Amino acid sequence: MPEPYRGALSRQPQRPLVVVDDPEAVELTGPVFGAADVTAIDSDLTRQHPGQPLGQRITVSGRVVDRTGRPVHGQLVEIWQANAAGRYAHRRDQHHAPLDPNFTGAGRCLTDDQGHYRFTTIRPGAYPWGEHSNSWRPAHIHFSLFGTAFTQRLVTQMYFPGDPLLPLDPIWCGVPDADRQRLVAAYDPELSVPGRALGYRWDIVLDGGPR
Amino acid sequence: MTLEPTPSQTIGPYFGHALPHPAGGRIAPTGHPDTVTVHGRVLDGCGAPVDDALLEFWQPAPDGSRTGAPGSLRRDPVDGTAVGRDGVAFTGFGRVATGADGGYVVRTLRPGGVPYLSVCVFARGLLGNLFTRAYLSQAADPLLSSLDARRRATLIAVPERTGVHRFDVRLRGDGEHEETVFLAFR
Ligand SMILES: [Fe+3]
Repeated sequence: MPEPYRGALSRQPQRPLVVVDDPEAVELTGPVFGAADVTAIDSDLTRQHPGQPLGQRITVSGRVVDRTGRPVHGQLVEIWQANAAGRYAHRRDQHHAPLDPNFTGAGRCLTDDQGHYRFTTIRPGAYPWGEHSNSWRPAHIHFSLFGTAFTQRLVTQMYFPGDPLLPLDPIWCGVPDADRQRLVAAYDPELSVPGRALGYRWDIVLDGGPR
Repeated sequence: MTLEPTPSQTIGPYFGHALPHPAGGRIAPTGHPDTVTVHGRVLDGCGAPVDDALLEFWQPAPDGSRTGAPGSLRRDPVDGTAVGRDGVAFTGFGRVATGADGGYVVRTLRPGGVPYLSVCVFARGLLGNLFTRAYLSQAADPLLSSLDARRRATLIAVPERTGVHRFDVRLRGDGEHEETVFLAFR
């Protein structure tokens, strides 16, 4: 078990959070998004360029709910990820792996009435990072989510089942034991598309909503 | 039923091709005469600029409504490229990545009913997001009045000239400068 990732010390507040206990706080409401913000193909990361990206095509789908189990509907889900070789289409990523001209690795969609989201993409590759010598991030997809309240804002990462890098990853291991597995998707044959894509299911629970 | 929330994870350094969008900080409708500019820098505990933070803003409309509106990150329906706002609707939502100097700018309208913009901070090296508020006036407010003067000052977007306020976010105190007050909500 690696030393858990605690982030950059110089960027972390030292003082305790100040609790706002105000039913009129603006943060108990939040922004809304709609059809104008998302086009249909935004959820298919394999169709953003003239050619097909390299790698294993996958679908990633699940439900976004609040802590009472109510679906979060019509809200924005955004993802970003490395390509199959483990390289981000980002200037600061200097990993010596090829960029894929047919893959940008960014997508978005709105949740449906039942809180479901769905993406088609490729399985991202693992990539090295500088936490310690020979450290590799397990394959992961970054997720950004909105609830009905600004306080529900969540940015997190989804992992793949059975990845041997998981127990060696300081970032995954930085999450308490009991919660860690909830960042790992499940292989779900129901979500696989015959002859085309492997399916993964990952459900998300947003915290901090209005009470 | 109470479900356990999905844990937060760091935004990392590579969100820049996915989350920021054109005109993300231009919350005010184009050319609106009452536009206020809020700008500043995000700084770490050494006073160094944080050049890979993402700031989000949420606020009521000038009439006090808190329903927001879609259209913050419009896409071109033909090729899917991000085109941003239509310059007419007030969505109440802004999103800006900091630049090489840690700086950001938003142009917005004064929120109705409250004196503050809600701010959410993401950055590499933070395990989760941080909430704070940029107060555009020091009118009576329960949060401001609960803080001592030194702490309260970190939440004030200081007027620089007419229609321009400066609001720096200090993620950690450096001994000399107080760190920004960050919030938790009940
Ligand atoms: Fe990553």
